[in-house]
Amino acid sequence: MSKTITIDGKAIPFTEGQTIMEAATAADVYIPHLCHHPGYTPHGSCKLCNVRVNGRICSACTFPAAEGQDIQNHSEELNADRRRITQMLFVEGNHLCPGCEKTGNCQLQAVAYHLNMLDNHFPHFYAKRNMDASHPDVLIDHNRCIFCTLCVRASREKDGKDVFAISGRGINKHLIVNAESGLLKDTDLEATDQAATICPTGAILIKRTGYTVPIGERVYDHREIDAVSLEEERGEHG
Amino acid sequence: MRQFIQRLAAKHDFRPTHLLEMLRAVQARYHHIPADAAELLAEVLRIPRTRIIDATEFYSFFSTDPKGRYELLISDSITDHMLGKQELMAYLAGKLGVAVGEVRSDGVVSLDNTSCTGMCDQGPAGLVNGYALTRLDRSRIDQIAELINGEISLEEWPAEFFQVEDNIRRPGLLLDSPIAPGEALKAALARGFKETLIEIDKSGLRGRGGAGFKTAMKWRFCAEEPQTERYVVCNADEGEPGTFKDRVLLNSFADQVFEGMTLCAAIIGAKQGFLYLRGEYLHLYDKLQAILAERRAAGLLGAGILGGAVDFDIEIRLGAGAYICGEESALIESLEGKSGIPRNRPPYPVTSGYLGRPTVVNNVETFFAASAIAVHGGDWFAASGTEKSQGSKILSISGDCARPGIYEYPFGTTVRTILDDCGASDVLGVQVGGPSGTFISDQEFDRKLAFEDLATGGSFIVFNGNRDILAIAHNFTHFFAHESCGFCTPCRVGTSLLRNQLDKITGGHGSAGDVVALEEICRLIKTNSHCGLGQTAANPVLTTLERYPELYQSRLKKISFEPGFDLDGALETARRMANRNDAAAHLQQTAAEHE
Ligand SMILES: Cc1cc2nc3c(=O)[nH]c(=O)nc-3n(C[C@H](O)[C@H](O)[C@H](O)COP(=O)(O)O)c2cc1C
Ligand code: SF4
Ligand code: SF4
Ligand code: FES
Ligand code: FES
Repeated sequence: MSKTITIDGKAIPFTEGQTIMEAATAADVYIPHLCHHPGYTPHGSCKLCNVRVNGRICSACTFPAAEGQDIQNHSEELNADRRRITQMLFVEGNHLCPGCEKTGNCQLQAVAYHLNMLDNHFPHFYAKRNMDASHPDVLIDHNRCIFCTLCVRASREKDGKDVFAISGRGINKHLIVNAESGLLKDTDLEATDQAATICPTGAILIKRTGYTVPIGERVYDHREIDAVSLEEERGEHG
Repeated sequence: MRQFIQRLAAKHDFRPTHLLEMLRAVQARYHHIPADAAELLAEVLRIPRTRIIDATEFYSFFSTDPKGRYELLISDSITDHMLGKQELMAYLAGKLGVAVGEVRSDGVVSLDNTSCTGMCDQGPAGLVNGYALTRLDRSRIDQIAELINGEISLEEWPAEFFQVEDNIRRPGLLLDSPIAPGEALKAALARGFKETLIEIDKSGLRGRGGAGFKTAMKWRFCAEEPQTERYVVCNADEGEPGTFKDRVLLNSFADQVFEGMTLCAAIIGAKQGFLYLRGEYLHLYDKLQAILAERRAAGLLGAGILGGAVDFDIEIRLGAGAYICGEESALIESLEGKSGIPRNRPPYPVTSGYLGRPTVVNNVETFFAASAIAVHGGDWFAASGTEKSQGSKILSISGDCARPGIYEYPFGTTVRTILDDCGASDVLGVQVGGPSGTFISDQEFDRKLAFEDLATGGSFIVFNGNRDILAIAHNFTHFFAHESCGFCTPCRVGTSLLRNQLDKITGGHGSAGDVVALEEICRLIKTNSHCGLGQTAANPVLTTLERYPELYQSRLKKISFEPGFDLDGALETARRMANRNDAAAHLQQTAAEHE
C-alpha cells in the first residue's frame, strides 16, 4: 500500500524519498515555486513554496514527504506571505516588466499574476546592477537575477561545465561567471546549454530570439502558471 | 606570488577544505586577496575560481580591494557604543588621517567597523591585523596612531594593548571545580562509555549554544548512525553580540573543553574533531595549539588514548568574520572551505554533517560541562537548577553594570539577583541572549534563567535609564542586515527592508502606517526564513515594540503620509539646472505645512 500525506484536506500518495513538492506535483497539486525545477537538486532559497506541515512552515521543495503530514498549501495566509516574498524579489532587483524581453514568458512575473500581486508594496532598492552583453549569443541582465541558482545547477549538473556561481553575502549577493575576466564571453557557455535557457526570469536571455513570439501570445499571457507548471513538470517528476 | 601560493597550498596538502586558512594567509600577507592569488589558488587546488571569489566576498575579513598594512577594525557592538565607541572612532579617524571604510592614500592603514569582537566586558574594542585590541581610550589611540605612523611592527606594540582579561566574577558549580587533564576520560573508561552516556543523560545537560537540545540524545543519535566515520565539532564561533563566555572557557579551561570533545569522540566513535574558532579570537590560537600539543604528549589525544581505547585528534580551524557560521550547518559548510550558507534540513548534522558524515556539533560550554559530569556523575549536575533546566549556566554580562564579566548561576536564578550581583542600578531593561534573544523590561526582573522561562545562550546586556531603546533596536537590526547570509529571500531582502523601515522611523520620517508596516516585515522574516538567523532577526524590534509601543509611536509624524526621503532635497539638482532657488522652487515636508 502506498503511503499518503494530506494537502489542504486531500489525500496525496507519495513514495519514500519524495519531497512534498514532488508528491504534490505528481498528484496535480500546484505549489508556487521559483528556485525549484524537476530533476535539479532542490535549493530551498526563494521560499515561495513555504507550506505549513503539521503547523510548522517548511519549504515544500526540500522537505521530505512523510506519513502523517497534514499540509496546508493554498491558505489565505500562505498566499499572502508568498505575495510579499514575491514583492521582495521585485523591489530587490530592477524589474521593468513592460520593457523586458521575457515578459509573458517570465515565471517571476507569472507567479506574481497568480498571487494577485498588484503593486510592489515595499520601497524599491534601486540597486545598481550591470549587464553583461559580451557573449555573442547570450546576455545577462543582472537587474533581474533572483539568485535561484538554477543556472548554477544547470551548468554543473546538466551541462557539466560550472559556468555560474552566486557570490557575496546578504543583500550584496550577485551572480558571477567562471572566467578570469569575469565576462560571459570568456566562459565555455553555449546558447544551447541548459544553463542558458533555465532562468525563470529575464536575467539570462538568448540573443536574437527576442519577440519571435509577440507579446500577447506568450505562455503566461493566456494561461496561469499553475496549469502550465503542472503540465510541464508533472511528467518530469515521474 | 606563485611560490607563496604553491607553498601555502602544499602546507595544507592541497585540500580545498582548508580554503579559509589559505585565504587568511593571503589576506595577512597582501592585505587583500589579489585576483592573481585567487587564480593561482583555483589552479593548485583544482576548484573553480568562482568558489574562491565567493568565499572572498562572503567573509568580512577578506577583501578584493587592498586594505592598509595595518588593518584596523573597530567593534560596532552596542556595548562598544555604550562605552563611547562612536566618539573614539571619529577621534581615531582624525588621528590617523583616514576616513572610516577607507585606506589611507599611503596604503599604511585602513579603518573600518566590524561586528561584535566578543570583548564586550572590556571595550571599546577592535582588531589590528586580526589581533584583539581592548579598552580603547584616547590615550591608547594616541599611542596606536603613533605606532602606526612610525610603522612599528605589532610585535613591538605594548603587550597591554592586547591584554584580554577573563573577568570571572562569580564562579559556580563548574567554574569552581575544574577537572584535571585526563580525569574525565579515566572516569569514563572506568565506568564504561555507554554508562557515561547514561550519566550525561541523567544530568539533564542541554546544549548551551542556545537551542537547548539534549546533549545525550544528540550523541546517541550520532553514535547510532550506520555510517561509522563520524566527527566531533566544537562550536566556538560565539558571534552573538554580548557573548564572550566561550572566549573565557577557551582561555582558561581549554583542557577541559578538549577533554569534553574527546569524551564525545570516545562515546560516538569519532576519530577527528574540530574546534571552529571565530576569527576574532585569533589571539587564542597559539595558546590552544600548545595545549593540544601537550595533550598529545600526555597521551590524551592522538592514537591509542588511554592505553589504546580511543584514537582521536583535534584540529583548530579559524573563521573569517561571519556571524552566520555559528549556525551549525553553516559552520560545517565553512569547515569544508565554503561560504557559510545554512543547509536544508533534514538531514541534520548528526546524520549528515562534515563531508556528509554523522557529526556532533556542540557549544564550548556543553563540552566543558560534559567532562565535569563524566567525573562527578549525572546526579551531581542534576541536583542544581530547576526541574526542566538542570545544572548551571555561565553568563556573559556587559553593559551598564559595575562589574561586567563572567557569572555562573544555577538555573532558576532570577534576573534581579543577577543584576544585583553585577552591580547594575537604575536598570531600564536587559537584552537576554543577545540580539537574537529577548529584551526584557524592568517589570520582568522576577523572571528566571531557565529553558522554561528565559532561555539563553548566555548573554546579558544591561541598559540603564539613560539609554534609548530605539537606538538599541537600531544597532541590532543593522547587525542582522549585515550578517544575513543572503541565501533566502525573506531574510536577504527582509532584513534590509526592516533596517530601512526602522531607519525611516528613528530618522523622524515615519508616519501613521509605518509601525504597522514595520511589524509586517518582522512577521514575514520571522515566519518564512530558512534558518535561525532570519527567524530571530526581527526579535529586537518585536520585543521592544511589544514593551514600548508608545516609544515607536512618539517618533512618528502626525501627517498621514511621509515619504522615506527628503522631497525638497531630491529637487536640488533640478533647482541647480534651472538656476532657481526661490521659495516656489522648494517643497515643504514638515508636519505643520500639511496640517
Ligand atoms: C545564526 C546562528 C548563530 C549561532 N551561533 C552559535 C554560536 O556562536 N555558538 C554556538 O554554540 N551555537 C550557535 N548557534 C547554535 C548552533 O546552530 C547549534 O545549535 C549549537 O552549536 C549546538 O550546540 P549545543 O547543542 O551544545 O547548544 C547559532 C545558531 C544560529 C541560528
Ligand atoms: S540568472 Fe536566472 S537562473 Fe541564474 S540565479 Fe539568476 S535568476 Fe536564477
Ligand atoms: S535566514 Fe538569513 S541567514 Fe538564514 S539562510 Fe536565510 S538568508 Fe541566510
Ligand atoms: S521553490 Fe522551494 S524555496 Fe524556492
Ligand atoms: S518580465 Fe520582467 S523580469 Fe520577467
